[in-house]
Amino acid sequence: MSTAQIEIILIASVVAASCALIGTFLVLRKMALMSDAISHAILLGIVVMFFLTRSRASLPMILAATATGVLTVYLVELLVQTRLVKEDAAIGLVFPALFSIGVILISRYAANIHLDIDAVLLGELVFAPFDRLIVAGRDIGPKTLWLGLSVGVINLAFILLFYKELKLATFDPGLAAALGFSPVLIHYALMTLVSVTAVSSFEAVGSILVIALMIGPPAAAYLLTDRLPVMLALGVLLAVVSAVLGYLIAYLVNGSIAGSMATMTGVIFVIVLMVAPQRGLISRWSRQRRQRAQFAAEALLVHLSQHTGQPEFAAECAVTHLTGHFRWSEPFAAQIVRFARQRDWIEESDGCLRLTRAGTRVASQVMVRS
Amino acid sequence: MDRPLALEVRDLTVAYEEKPVLWDVDLEVPEGVLMAIVGPNGAGKSTLIKTVLGLVPSAAGQVRIYGQPYARRRELVGYVPQRGSVDWDFPTNALDVVLMGLYRKIGWIRRPARRERELALESLAKVGMAEYADRQISQLSGGQQQRVFLARALVQDAQVYLMDEPFAGVDATTERAIVALLRELRAAGKTLIVVHHDLQTVSEYFDWLMLLNVRHIASGPVAEVFTADNLRDAYGGRVAFVTPNAGSENGHLSEPQSLLSRGG
Ligand SMILES: Nc1ncnc2c1ncn2[C@@H]1O[C@H](COP(=O)(O)OP(=O)(O)OP(=O)(O)O)[C@@H](O)[C@H]1O
Ligand SMILES: [Mg+2]
Repeated sequence: MSTAQIEIILIASVVAASCALIGTFLVLRKMALMSDAISHAILLGIVVMFFLTRSRASLPMILAATATGVLTVYLVELLVQTRLVKEDAAIGLVFPALFSIGVILISRYAANIHLDIDAVLLGELVFAPFDRLIVAGRDIGPKTLWLGLSVGVINLAFILLFYKELKLATFDPGLAAALGFSPVLIHYALMTLVSVTAVSSFEAVGSILVIALMIGPPAAAYLLTDRLPVMLALGVLLAVVSAVLGYLIAYLVNGSIAGSMATMTGVIFVIVLMVAPQRGLISRWSRQRRQRAQFAAEALLVHLSQHTGQPEFAAECAVTHLTGHFRWSEPFAAQIVRFARQRDWIEESDGCLRLTRAGTRVASQVMVRS
Repeated sequence: MDRPLALEVRDLTVAYEEKPVLWDVDLEVPEGVLMAIVGPNGAGKSTLIKTVLGLVPSAAGQVRIYGQPYARRRELVGYVPQRGSVDWDFPTNALDVVLMGLYRKIGWIRRPARRERELALESLAKVGMAEYADRQISQLSGGQQQRVFLARALVQDAQVYLMDEPFAGVDATTERAIVALLRELRAAGKTLIVVHHDLQTVSEYFDWLMLLNVRHIASGPVAEVFTADNLRDAYGGRVAFVTPNAGSENGHLSEPQSLLSRGG
């Protein structure tokens, strides 16, 4: 692998980790859409700053874009406060407006300069290694890598320092306010970081991937754990895995890097959604199946215990009788008999089911419970 | 009465948009009472509590806690929000939620230490939830979640407690346990202000009462305030089913057991 390729993977991993860290709080605050809004609206800030300074220098761009991100959040808040629209609708109103103003400005006045929409949406990861950071005459690596690292460190430091405050303001903003930890301040601080992260990342990976990385990995991590620190770490891990795998696949099929990475975040999310131990679809499905079997087996025990010692027992105990009595299909009846026999609740002789002592005990417990 | 006023509300008016939700409300709550705030849905009970806590801005009027604005008295006030106001799927456990009650004492940036954990555990034990400390909060029943919220308020070690419907959705056992806890707090000289919905139990549980319906209808000792006339004013003649001031004779709830003595 060439140095440039390794650098691309490094840049993508750093950006991924940074996005997932801050995105975790977006997911927990049910503000996933905000990543969408901010990463699009910042285009306007970038364009305006470009017209003002006629240059693509990074720092003014980042400042302008961050300001637009915060403006987006503020406008959304204003709209929500009118109580005429809900937050998701407000977000959906604000950012297309800002984004489209940005697009119009570009296409009207800057069509021939280097600010095209494709680059905004998908980034230019392939070219990132060519823009080097030279310090004191020495080449110390791609600029984008250092930018990504700085923002990643800022995000990490912010979350480590204000972990407790972020947690409180996210879980219970009312208590946060009552205790004097301004949730509004925390909200804007968080949104400022989302903006900074989005703008510093999007030159490299584009806004689509920024959104995918901010939401996909944390949402998958949320399904895998009940603990916030683990969720943060897992989110970062899954984001980096998406970036690396995405790059490798793009390399193999010679496709879009950002597109392939974004796809990987989706693929990983779907896999986690299926197989997550507690909240995954498969585990939920098998839990329901087990509960259904448990319930049916208990019904069988109660049925048998009610007829034990009665004259009609010979008829009631027959395996073949179950399908008629409980309206069970034959495979299901067989499954339930197996379920109960595995637990030593019943024994079978001459096609007749009898309760064991354990089965009798379970049956009486069930009857007390209900 | 020469007891100091734990809470004093003067001419308080609160409006969402242009619609007034609280009109010119006055209230004086002496220290050491166990008070119910009662009124129909939408009467502004939650709004009153939130305004006292500074969570909702007031259009006019003032709030004093032991003679000072809330911002100067945060340490003295404990808050139990409505259970439905938070997302119980949040990835954290019961102990962690209780610890949140200590965040103000801990201050910005610093993390809870061993001492704070012990306090939170003690507080969980007081509501009979010690063995659920590590339990993910979504795996608690509604009544258990309510107890966790109570434990969080207890750990604040406040003088005045504001509680929004702590009895909502809990079973009879938990309700008795909560009442016992409230009485212990009152015996320790705390003031408790509780939004309550069940008129049947007002006289039995509480010694002080405020009837609210956008306006202040009446407030004072339960025996004076809990009258058919006042209830009609508050509810608009829709309360034929309660017998004012007969709650304590109903006998449908035995003397509440202490949670402390049940040992969890
Ligand atoms: N954030 C808000 N914005 C606008 N109106 C609100 C808001 N919160 C509450 N209201 C309105 O204010 C009024 C009082 O609400 P509040 O929640 O204080 O009533 P409540 O007495 O607590 O009712 P409940 O018994 O149903 O809990 C209601 O009419 C409600 O619709
Ligand atoms: Mg309410």
